[in-house]
Amino acid sequence: MSSASQDTRLESQGPVLSGPDPVSTVRVDAPAKSDWNNPRLARNLFLWPALIVVLILAIFPLIASLVLALSKVSLVKGGFKIDFVGLTNFRTLFLGSERTHVLGQAGTPTLVGWLVFLGGTALLLVAFVRTVRSRKIRPLGLIGRAVGGLLLVLLLWSVATTVLGSGGRPGTLMVTIVYAFSGTLLTYLLGLGLAVLTTQRLRGQRFFRIVFLVPLMITPVGVAYMFRMLTDTEKGPITPLWRAAGLSDFTLLGDPWGARLAVIISDVWQWTPFMFIVLLAALEGRDLETEEAATVDGASKARIFLNITMPALIPVSATVILIRLIEAFKIIDLPNVLTNGGPGTATESLTLQSFISWRGFDLGSSAAIAYTLLVVVTMVGIGYATFIIRRTHSMV
Amino acid sequence: MAIGRRRWLGVLPALALVVGATGVAAQSPSTGEYDGVTVNVVTFSGPPIAEPLERYAVEFEAATGATINITKYPFSDLYSKALADVATGTNSFQLMTLAAPWVADFASAGYAADLTDKIANDPEIAWDDIMPFFRDIVAQYAGKVVGVPIDGDFTMTYYRTDILGADGVAPPKTWDEYLQIAEKYDGKDLNGDGVPDYGSCISKARSGVGTWLFNGVLSSFVQTMGTGQGTFFGDDMTPLINNEAMGAALDFWKTSMEFGPPDENNLDQQGGRDMFTSGRCALAIDWGDTGVLAIDPATSKVIDKVGAVQMPGSTNVLDRATGKLVPCDATICPNAIDGVNHAPFAAFGGWSAVVNAAADEKTQAAAYDFAAYVSNPTRSNIDVTHGVTGMNPYRLSQFGDNMANWVAAGFSEAAASSYLGAMKDSLDNPNMAVDLRILQSNNYTNVAEDQAISQFLAGELTKEEAMQQLFDKWQELTDSIGREVQAAAYAASLGVQR
Repeated sequence: MSSASQDTRLESQGPVLSGPDPVSTVRVDAPAKSDWNNPRLARNLFLWPALIVVLILAIFPLIASLVLALSKVSLVKGGFKIDFVGLTNFRTLFLGSERTHVLGQAGTPTLVGWLVFLGGTALLLVAFVRTVRSRKIRPLGLIGRAVGGLLLVLLLWSVATTVLGSGGRPGTLMVTIVYAFSGTLLTYLLGLGLAVLTTQRLRGQRFFRIVFLVPLMITPVGVAYMFRMLTDTEKGPITPLWRAAGLSDFTLLGDPWGARLAVIISDVWQWTPFMFIVLLAALEGRDLETEEAATVDGASKARIFLNITMPALIPVSATVILIRLIEAFKIIDLPNVLTNGGPGTATESLTLQSFISWRGFDLGSSAAIAYTLLVVVTMVGIGYATFIIRRTHSMV
Repeated sequence: MAIGRRRWLGVLPALALVVGATGVAAQSPSTGEYDGVTVNVVTFSGPPIAEPLERYAVEFEAATGATINITKYPFSDLYSKALADVATGTNSFQLMTLAAPWVADFASAGYAADLTDKIANDPEIAWDDIMPFFRDIVAQYAGKVVGVPIDGDFTMTYYRTDILGADGVAPPKTWDEYLQIAEKYDGKDLNGDGVPDYGSCISKARSGVGTWLFNGVLSSFVQTMGTGQGTFFGDDMTPLINNEAMGAALDFWKTSMEFGPPDENNLDQQGGRDMFTSGRCALAIDWGDTGVLAIDPATSKVIDKVGAVQMPGSTNVLDRATGKLVPCDATICPNAIDGVNHAPFAAFGGWSAVVNAAADEKTQAAAYDFAAYVSNPTRSNIDVTHGVTGMNPYRLSQFGDNMANWVAAGFSEAAASSYLGAMKDSLDNPNMAVDLRILQSNNYTNVAEDQAISQFLAGELTKEEAMQQLFDKWQELTDSIGREVQAAAYAASLGVQR
């Protein structure tokens, strides 16, 4: 078959997105419009501008900050100079003077710490053995899972020694992880609860839907100042309540875990509406026929929610949790305003640590911390996408 | 030194009228001299310092034809914003108001214009009226004038004259006495509102000003032989922060928290000032700002109830050879007063206006003239008497016997004498301690030291761990920047030849 006859056949079938040579189809049938209808031209016209923008705004800064992370920036007459120092900045962070700042101080695991570590490690081991036995995995995937599993074991050990260890304290990396996971979990549970509530036939349903969204509209700095006032037992708006409760000599922000709790509470307050609005949309868009059938069959509301409603929400939940998790890793406004990272370094996140280094014009360290965060977020994101999102989609 | 936000908005119009009236009458550059010239000024988000700059910008524009744009950043961001601007060659700002310790970074890299000739030929600045410390040490780098002082800074100890006076208690001369007095009044109602108050209020929040206040304690344990000896490093740039003197200062810092508000380690500068002026504290450590804020009828409950003394001292001081504390005697403490070594700390050193060397000549001239206009004694002598300006005394004419401005501002003569006397005692003390002014001073004190002290207060580090961490970090910074370079800068900052 000649190409001309093939093109004619394809043309007669209407719009074609794939085929032996769709480009030539256009050339033959619409020579007058060839310039504008040419998919190659369209591809160049629409793709390259976007690609250039991405290159300028994302890739170039990424490369520039990598260069900074491997360099020392110093001031010289009339400008500055960048000296390549290899991995020195990373060495300082993980092996040098900043090691305990980033990784924390390891203590002796408490009983709970040992239980968390051993229990978690056992679960990971079981999961890994099952994966190997399933023989459905390629060698590269197996290596990836082995490395991922090893990192998770290290993470569990870090939790056991710094968070749950006697005499230990978490560094900025662990504090960031605590913020990210606790904040995401709590916002999801609260957002889901509120979404379910506002789908019930209650009075003032619309009013509450709007009210629940308000925290999301407020800038994080504003939220931080608000919680700073609320936690001020001396002169805040709820000082009389603190005094009535006999807590005028107590401050939540003076204790390391109290201050972290304050950051988490304010973060949850701010971000619950995000979960709420997405889950509300998912709840309202679900197919109700199955639930109605289950109701007719006499299933309890709890059982319907667990066995029908929740599975229907899983794809949306998996996605929204990933978005929130990535966002949560970058937390800076709240600890910066609420506590300045204190007391000590108790509430300092990786982003705040990077910002403090930048503020001191230590650009190399600042970039190295930022890259560390990038690696952590990427690994968590890939792991989440691999193990959670893929499975949740296969469940539906 | 003033960084926090203040509730002085009600005072602004009156101050503008008073200062404006005198300002207009003062010497001004000829009209139209800077037509078409734009000077972008960067400062921190006041009102302190920013308020007088904005007020005088209007006058200066009308008088000269120049356009003055004021850009404000939070204090914690100002250093990096200004430095990044000049280091990258962006040069958005032609005039930068900088803390004295930062000036070394700008001057050593050639970002700060040499103002020596301009000042020598400018009667407007009244250079000889600026106190020698601010004129010859703070304003200069490597023998050249690189900043126009617009503020003078010392930390002082404030006390409640009504409370202590009623009990016949003298203000503290040593840190031990400070703690004893703080303990005595802690938990007592000091302002008559029926709520227990505090013995001492000191801003110790991280990323705040606590490090400057702390170094005012440290200096009295470390520096004994006069200003040229220095507080922070030995001759070979070995940090003097891992010894019994530092340990004693840290002990004082932590113990004083027992008599302070529960959130003292998260108490920012303005919060500390508000606590004292609302009558909730018997003692406080701060710059000159608390003194002028205490006379504000809109916010102060302690008008004419505040006295000030130079920073207390210690009867035990550092033996630099052994790292141990030893009792003061005539040999090791030649400047001691009644056996107590005082080393009043010129914390921060005041705000200086630095002209960008990259600006063209005419713009540099306009930028300098604007700074000189602000600093002119006709204006600044009134500004220093008002807390909203954030300016503390730095000129001879602001001290002396001329109390008229201070009394007009609301001080009683006794309160003004106490306030100015404490500053004068500090400035006249031959053992006055100079703030750290070497390359990247900000990283030594506001980052590394701030973090170590904060971790110690929070219980994350023991005293020994905090000192070791800080010692290692300072050594690392010095090695990274260059030990010889830093040694030369340190010696220059102390005004000594080594």
